[in-house]
Amino acid sequence: MAHSYTPGLKVLHETIVRKERRLPIKGEVTVKKGTLVEPEAVVAKTDLPGNCQFVNVANRLNIDAIDVTEAMCCEAGNDLKKGEKLAETKGLFGLFKTNCDCPVDGTIESISSVTGQVIVREAPIPVKIDAYIKGLVAEVIPEEGVIIETKAVFIQGIFGIGGESRGNLVIVTSTREDEITEDMITPELKGKIIVGGSHIGLAAYKKALRLNVAGVVVGGFNYFDLEEILGFSLGVAITGQEDLVTALILTEGYGKIRMGHRTFDLLKKYAGKFASINGATQIRAGVIRPEIVIPLDKKDLMGDSKNIQTIEGIRAGSLVRVIRAPFFGRMGNVVKLPPELMKMESETMVRVAEIEIDGKNVMIPRSNLEMVETD
Amino acid sequence: MKLKSILATDCGSTTTKAILIELKDGEYRLAVRGEAPTTVEAPFEDVTKGVLNAVMEVEELSNRKLLDGDNIISPQVGNQGVDVYVSTSSAGGGLQMMVAGVVKSMSGESAERAALGAGSIVMDVLASNDGRKSHEKISRIRQLRPDMILLSGGIDGGTTKHVVELAEILAAANPKPRLGLDFKLPVIYAGNKKAVKDIEKTLGSITDLDITENIRPVLERENLKPSRDKIHDLFMEHVMQQAPGYKKLMSWTHAPIMPTPGAVGSLIEMIAREENITVVGVDIGGATTDIFSVFEKQFNRTVSANLGMSYSICNVLAEAKLKNVLRWVPFNIDEKELTNRIGNKMIRPTTVPQSLEELVLEQAIAREALRLSFVQHKAFAVNLKGVQKERTISDAFEQSSSGESLVNMMDLDLLVGSGGVLSHAPRREQSARMLIDSFLPEGITKLAVDSIFMMPQLGVLANIDNKDIAENSRQAALEVFHKDCLIHLGTCLAPVGQARGDVEVLRAELIFPSGEKSSYIIKNGELILVKCPHEPIQAVLTPGKGMDIGAGKNEKIETTLYGGVVGLIFDGRGRPLNFSKDENERIKNLQKWSKQMNEYPSLEGII
Repeated sequence: MAHSYTPGLKVLHETIVRKERRLPIKGEVTVKKGTLVEPEAVVAKTDLPGNCQFVNVANRLNIDAIDVTEAMCCEAGNDLKKGEKLAETKGLFGLFKTNCDCPVDGTIESISSVTGQVIVREAPIPVKIDAYIKGLVAEVIPEEGVIIETKAVFIQGIFGIGGESRGNLVIVTSTREDEITEDMITPELKGKIIVGGSHIGLAAYKKALRLNVAGVVVGGFNYFDLEEILGFSLGVAITGQEDLVTALILTEGYGKIRMGHRTFDLLKKYAGKFASINGATQIRAGVIRPEIVIPLDKKDLMGDSKNIQTIEGIRAGSLVRVIRAPFFGRMGNVVKLPPELMKMESETMVRVAEIEIDGKNVMIPRSNLEMVETD
Repeated sequence: MKLKSILATDCGSTTTKAILIELKDGEYRLAVRGEAPTTVEAPFEDVTKGVLNAVMEVEELSNRKLLDGDNIISPQVGNQGVDVYVSTSSAGGGLQMMVAGVVKSMSGESAERAALGAGSIVMDVLASNDGRKSHEKISRIRQLRPDMILLSGGIDGGTTKHVVELAEILAAANPKPRLGLDFKLPVIYAGNKKAVKDIEKTLGSITDLDITENIRPVLERENLKPSRDKIHDLFMEHVMQQAPGYKKLMSWTHAPIMPTPGAVGSLIEMIAREENITVVGVDIGGATTDIFSVFEKQFNRTVSANLGMSYSICNVLAEAKLKNVLRWVPFNIDEKELTNRIGNKMIRPTTVPQSLEELVLEQAIAREALRLSFVQHKAFAVNLKGVQKERTISDAFEQSSSGESLVNMMDLDLLVGSGGVLSHAPRREQSARMLIDSFLPEGITKLAVDSIFMMPQLGVLANIDNKDIAENSRQAALEVFHKDCLIHLGTCLAPVGQARGDVEVLRAELIFPSGEKSSYIIKNGELILVKCPHEPIQAVLTPGKGMDIGAGKNEKIETTLYGGVVGLIFDGRGRPLNFSKDENERIKNLQKWSKQMNEYPSLEGII
């Protein structure tokens, strides 16, 4: 049977989610394999090397770089407090000495007789990594981190901003077509993840930020409004580092596009549940999509969890979403995957899929389709 | 040994492309091409799987056995296997470097040129005078985590202080490579040789330090080759060793794996040298646009890291501004709707334009991406800066100075385009228009596109050092480049000068190979296409009053022109292009030019 590999977004009602939590450099793992952890539990920590202060002792003392070592009051490796004497000239008969003080608390890292510079390294910067989701420590990567595993609802969005966040889900629109408007955002939503239908406007999102809403999951947002939120025009879709209290996850794309019904229904089913979300997106090689993870309690499990790594292609009957004009945002089922190339209106020759949308069959380039991976 | 067959692959970030070249009737020709998704990332994490899949497609299409299990059969025996296998790679983000120099516009720029020429992406240029404080430079190094650093600075025998200061900054940052937490970062030192001992003392123990010749031994001369070669060596020894599956791939190839843009650049350099011409080559991809040029026998490459047609399409919009994109669109469109559409292309980068309207919009954005990349290239491809020039009294009235752009569009002989939007445009006329509108060639310029983007594979083939196969491989690369790789679009003839109103800017008298004669009068603002194949056409070109077609103002030229799949394109629109401020007039002109070029024949039915 004809099938085609097409990138798709996952909308899974029950799956095993494995999250790697890794330090940027080697450090210490603070939990053991098999431990059950809460999202805020610290699972690994390390110290990043502290900031460096460059002190040009030769210039400060008005001596040659080669004489700096002799003028030093301390050696490489010594700890100094801010204001302590770093170097001093001999002066004239012990008088008229010039000295140079340490600008920060730190350790002398190096003394150079070529440049006359002394490098003082400040205290290390501690870095801690939390578990992000509630789950089991399935694996320990020695000195680097852990893998947390949980059975959960797993939904991928297409684009997001803001990093990791968590809170209870609140559905604020009655249908997947409705927009999230300013009046729907109330102070009670502080710390919650709100879910809406087709669109959130700039004013409503700004209100969510003001009221410390933890996250917004919605169908669409206008591209040009991003600039006001981020403070710059987003040129490439690499996000996650923004300092935003309210992560924003778009399930469909830019513009006003109703949320896929499976996504909306699944989120609605778990209204009130605790979820972890991450707006980080990287659309490059090594693609990262924003995600919503709702860890499931035992009573919610149906025992039909699907492996998250499953890669499936589209085939006759597959549910797909059209991701480019002229049928952008519409969903339908694949009727046929003809093998031959077909000429589009643009005269581009492409492989197509025949899709049934609202009772009509249309030809769409396969690369303009997104598989909706459901379980 | 006369090579009978060559297999070459290019492992790109998303697709691995394989070509099979065969010796047939005494000449090398492309036999077949296959492709498969690249498998560097999870869940496969082994580049050779994608290579094998692409080769398998070649096997099927060529109906010859190339693989024995997981091995490429070599040498060729009967109808099985190939004599040579080579590969390029840009998978996993390519080769990402940081360079450092004492003075940003001098050793910093030379180091950047060396790194770009070797095919790397330059993430940042650190310099003593770049205005950043030492701690800012340190955090930048830590944040970027390059694959390699090239450190240069100072002329031989000059002061060592500044370059050692830069080394101290690197040491304080204690950089870690992007791949492999347990490895030391490769650092190449190519600066003042007097500072070598101090550099070794500062960086020797914490990095994998390699010393090579000074990149700028004297102010007046650049010495880029030793650094470029060293970058290639370290790319193989360090970066490729860490990338998944590359050890195995390296054991298969008959020549070192080259970074993809390095291979393309060396091919363009070779063509320019062999044919004694000036060349501009462009490869517009999804995330980046690479431009290569050879003017005055000097090769330059730039990478516009965030000017591309999918992943970075919104950056094109941000840098070019909406109004510059819209000036190429021959119909009215709601601006909010347009920005959302472009945003959606960024987040779904693999989509293709189904409707004609979408195609027109995509090609409008491509024009701006190409234009901006070329602006960056012109600013980088310059004479050496900081060089003292002796001036005579006759120079006193000229404004020339060091650091002038080498790019002279009137001198340009060949403009080659590649990358999806140019190579796969549904009509070649569209590719020609995009190249002309964005690069604005002046005088007489041949236009071509790379048919299926095989310049990387041909580039690595042309660069084999092994004496037994070097000559044959080079010959094969050149033959395939001319016969199968390049699609000659034709020639653009663009007179330059001040013309106002409906005046004649060029008169052309042509004698075709059949003996047929024709003459054309090109008026100001006109774009005329003369359809003719890639055959020699005798031409007498007489520029209009005050105009220049290559020999100087008002100077007539007798020359041989070549057509192509598009033909001869007479561009009387002037340089730079001026768009009418009146919206209706602008749209009318765009439609007129499109119609003349047969660019979007069915658009009339839509608008």
